[in-house]
Amino acid sequence: MAENKGVLVLCETKEGKLASTSTELLGGGSKLAKDLGQELAAVLVGSGVANLAAEAAAYGADKVYVVDDPLLKDYQTDSYVPVMEKVVGQAMPQVLIMGQTSIGRDLAPRLAFRLNTAAALGCLELAIDLQSKKLLQTKPVYGGNAQAVFTTESFPQIATVRPKAMAPLAPDQSRKGEIIKVDAGLDASAVRTKVLEKVPEEVKGIKLEDAEVVVGGGRGIGSAEGFAQLEEIARLLKGAVGATRPPCDNGWAPAGAQVGLTGKIITPDLYIAVALSGSSQHMSGCSGSKTIVAINKDPEANIFREARFGVVGDWKKIVPAFTEKLKELLAK
Amino acid sequence: MNMIVCIKQVIDPEAPPASFKIDPSGNKVVPPSGVSPVVDPYAEYAVEAALKVKDASGGKVTALSLGSNQLRDIVKKPLAMGADELILLEDEAFDESDSWSTAYALAAAIKKIGEYDIIFCGREASDWNAGQVGSGLAEILGLPSVTLAEKIDITDGKAKVQRKTDEGYEVVEVSLPCLITASNEIGEPRYPTIKGIMGAKKKEAVVWKPADIGVDAAQIGAAGRRTKLQKLFQPVREGKCEIIEGEGPEEAAANLAVKLREVKAL
Repeated sequence: MAENKGVLVLCETKEGKLASTSTELLGGGSKLAKDLGQELAAVLVGSGVANLAAEAAAYGADKVYVVDDPLLKDYQTDSYVPVMEKVVGQAMPQVLIMGQTSIGRDLAPRLAFRLNTAAALGCLELAIDLQSKKLLQTKPVYGGNAQAVFTTESFPQIATVRPKAMAPLAPDQSRKGEIIKVDAGLDASAVRTKVLEKVPEEVKGIKLEDAEVVVGGGRGIGSAEGFAQLEEIARLLKGAVGATRPPCDNGWAPAGAQVGLTGKIITPDLYIAVALSGSSQHMSGCSGSKTIVAINKDPEANIFREARFGVVGDWKKIVPAFTEKLKELLAK
Repeated sequence: MNMIVCIKQVIDPEAPPASFKIDPSGNKVVPPSGVSPVVDPYAEYAVEAALKVKDASGGKVTALSLGSNQLRDIVKKPLAMGADELILLEDEAFDESDSWSTAYALAAAIKKIGEYDIIFCGREASDWNAGQVGSGLAEILGLPSVTLAEKIDITDGKAKVQRKTDEGYEVVEVSLPCLITASNEIGEPRYPTIKGIMGAKKKEAVVWKPADIGVDAAQIGAAGRRTKLQKLFQPVREGKCEIIEGEGPEEAAANLAVKLREVKAL
């Protein structure tokens, strides 16, 4: 049997370009490949994706496997698993990484079981152990209360990585990769699912994941009217509103506003956390924020251990005064 | 409609974070004293998903739980919520399972149960957050799977599943039998009714040992793991928060805005 070598990154596309999660993985993957002294390969799976191979190379891939087939237009477990099984069989990577996306989360475990190997999902960090050359897979466990480092004995070692955990390389258009076309060889009748419709979430204003300023509210906000006050701050700062789980469950904030282990991952420059305690589960979605500001009446709340600046007190008094002062400062 | 829901007993994830402790061996969590374990909240969404299908289309729901020392008052919760049967795979040999050894044992038990149209799992579990057992089970059993279900409709022997995606959602039609993992959008798990609790008390859980499901000892529990836990740790928090003061909350708030402007955070 041939030896497993190199790092393979599954690239996803978004609006006809490589998804940002994928360019991040290529950046992180190229570091892993370097530490192994091996090559970085990318794989593009989809319909009409072949033209993105050059972009994958510009972002660091030495080789780009392309599986372009109309049957691969929508992600479906039954079509992507055999295709990836085929690509892995051909590329024989030591490490296979994907994004912790709705595709990666579905594909990685099923593919791992198919290939008789194991996967770690939602990793924060991947590194090569310099002695054993094994992939060290670090991920949050127990709802973010702890982190675990896993290794896998079998190949390929599969991991999905959370968005924004890795940084992309600056694209170099002069980099040329070897492009390898792989025939999907799919039997349409073996696909037992059908995608009937795709409905994008409606977003007012700036998307939470892209916002440079996020104002987050917790259980203590208590109502949709309270969230409207946070929205005003977000509007003033051209940011977005986030929330912990209880406000979303109670309908004070939309489900899409949830930040945390089971919600979105954000890394804004400024995160203003209002009336939220800073549970591990919430922090694992926002701990990458550059500056965290806490407003909470409980001086013992965990959020003050995470924050750079804080005010202890009732948000109902603090938020309006903060908003007024903001308006004044921004008008200058 | 025959449905099987995989659940498990876990350390209460809502226990205060300060009570969270790692064993000095560095590879497991010490259950906090005085805090009762619970049915994994993610699995409760799976139970809720199955019960919603049962409400709409009728059928039987069997809860299946793997572990050791499963407290009957805890693991009977799905019965109290409305499930019809509870099967426990209970043995210390199942301890320290990873996704592989868990899925392997669950698959053997499901083969023994024999008849099923839909298998439900949580999207992950609140202890190791692995998120793999559902897909792994489907692979071992050769079933189509749809993960992250927000809504399920059964029509003409097929399931229409609203699946959560990064962009919003998609509606996927899947043939039965299939495996579905439930996301929390499926809806708050129902509270057990008094009648449900009384009924659950009277029902005995069926207990299966490894020999009952014909599993290979080398494939279950710690022996069957495909992943090695190298380290378990609590990330260190820096904790150097500057508390902004003032004469009353309004002034503190204004001072905060000024401070943020000073450090160019605004």
